Amino acid sequence: MATSDDGGFHGPSIDEFFPDAIFFAGTPFEINRIILIRFIAMLAIVLIFWIGTRRMRMVPGRFQSVVEMGLDFTRVNIAEDLLGKKDGRRFLPLITTVFFVVLFANLTGIIPFMNISSNAIIGMPLVLAVVAWLAFMYAGIKKHPGAFFKNALFPPGVPKALYIIVTPIEFVSTFVLRPITLTLRLLMNMLVGHLLLVLFFSATQFFFFTATQTSIFYGLFGVGTLAFGFVFTLFEVLVAVLQAYVFALLTTVYIQLALADEH
Amino acid sequence: MLQSIVIAATEGESRNPLLPESYDIIWSAVCFVVILFFFWRLVLPRMKKMLDERSAAIEGNIEKADVAQREAEAALEQYTAQLAEARAEAAKIREQARVDAQRIGSEIQAQAQTDAERTKANAQVAIEAERQSALVSLRSEVGSLAIDLASGVVGESLSDDQKATALVDRFLADLEASDTAGKK
Repeated sequence: MATSDDGGFHGPSIDEFFPDAIFFAGTPFEINRIILIRFIAMLAIVLIFWIGTRRMRMVPGRFQSVVEMGLDFTRVNIAEDLLGKKDGRRFLPLITTVFFVVLFANLTGIIPFMNISSNAIIGMPLVLAVVAWLAFMYAGIKKHPGAFFKNALFPPGVPKALYIIVTPIEFVSTFVLRPITLTLRLLMNMLVGHLLLVLFFSATQFFFFTATQTSIFYGLFGVGTLAFGFVFTLFEVLVAVLQAYVFALLTTVYIQLALADEH
Repeated sequence: MLQSIVIAATEGESRNPLLPESYDIIWSAVCFVVILFFFWRLVLPRMKKMLDERSAAIEGNIEKADVAQREAEAALEQYTAQLAEARAEAAKIREQARVDAQRIGSEIQAQAQTDAERTKANAQVAIEAERQSALVSLRSEVGSLAIDLASGVVGESLSDDQKATALVDRFLADLEASDTAGKK
């Protein structure tokens, strides 16, 4: 992808993330390679969970067990653990969706022939962050009508004079930084992960097939970069799962903080 | 890394990855909404239904096991009671049979004894009657025979009844005495 035929080495560039349009070029509904990969990831979610829950048995088979394990993870370990049974059930569809959308979109970054996560372009992280932002504000306003913004911006128990400092800080950290950090954490993890993998593998390509024309010893560098690429591919699996967990967990934590009686 | 990317992005005509494209936002939102409804309306209700059924089944099985346990205990108790009752009844019947047998035995014995005594008494009475009638008939016949014999022997008619009777009586007394002596 990043190598060209002129014999020199070209590192990965940001254009990786803006491939040519395939359908509807120039319209707001433009579909390029990454958007298609995003569709494939969503299709995978629908297929796996549709088949996995189609005929659920009380004694689960192998596939149903895996699907149940995934759904139980978000239900028990994230939603009910942080929000309790009642509120956990209310926000479970949202938390489950956030977790699996992020996870499946992340995993395309290491699947051969796709090799890029659709979370490496800002749209999906931004949409999910805005959803999380709206969700915790909705939760807070619904639970403490009228008092939510007051509690958030003017924390009780702080001397009145300090509100001059505390209120702007609280405003920025709660209502501005939360969606930004959510977006950037996921976006940059996927973007940098992709660039690293492209760098390692294009370097391997360069060392094996271009540089060996100069000296055969360059092949050894190629072995090194290939090994690094392999290790980082495994690392990307961890990052994919971890970022999905972090995103869903933080969304839940924000909702929990908004639902809490005292801020 | 971020800086270098941004620099790389600003250097050429390349675009800034932090500025979202409208198509990116639109397709992200569409995907999110579709998946949200998919989980919300289909997957999670199915999962919930299955979990409810599962817990109901587990509770039902525990309940069923409890009922079966209680039934088994009740049946065992009933069986034990019946067994004890049957044993008691058997003992009663055995006792009754023993008493009955004893009673019947003694009754039969008594009956037999009575019968025997009665038979013996009847026999004695009959013998006595026979003896009496024999004695009477003998007395008259032997008397007349003896008188006939004696008349023939002595040639003299013992017409005098009084004398004759006295003679026969004496004769018979002698006969009896000798008979008694002979028996002894």
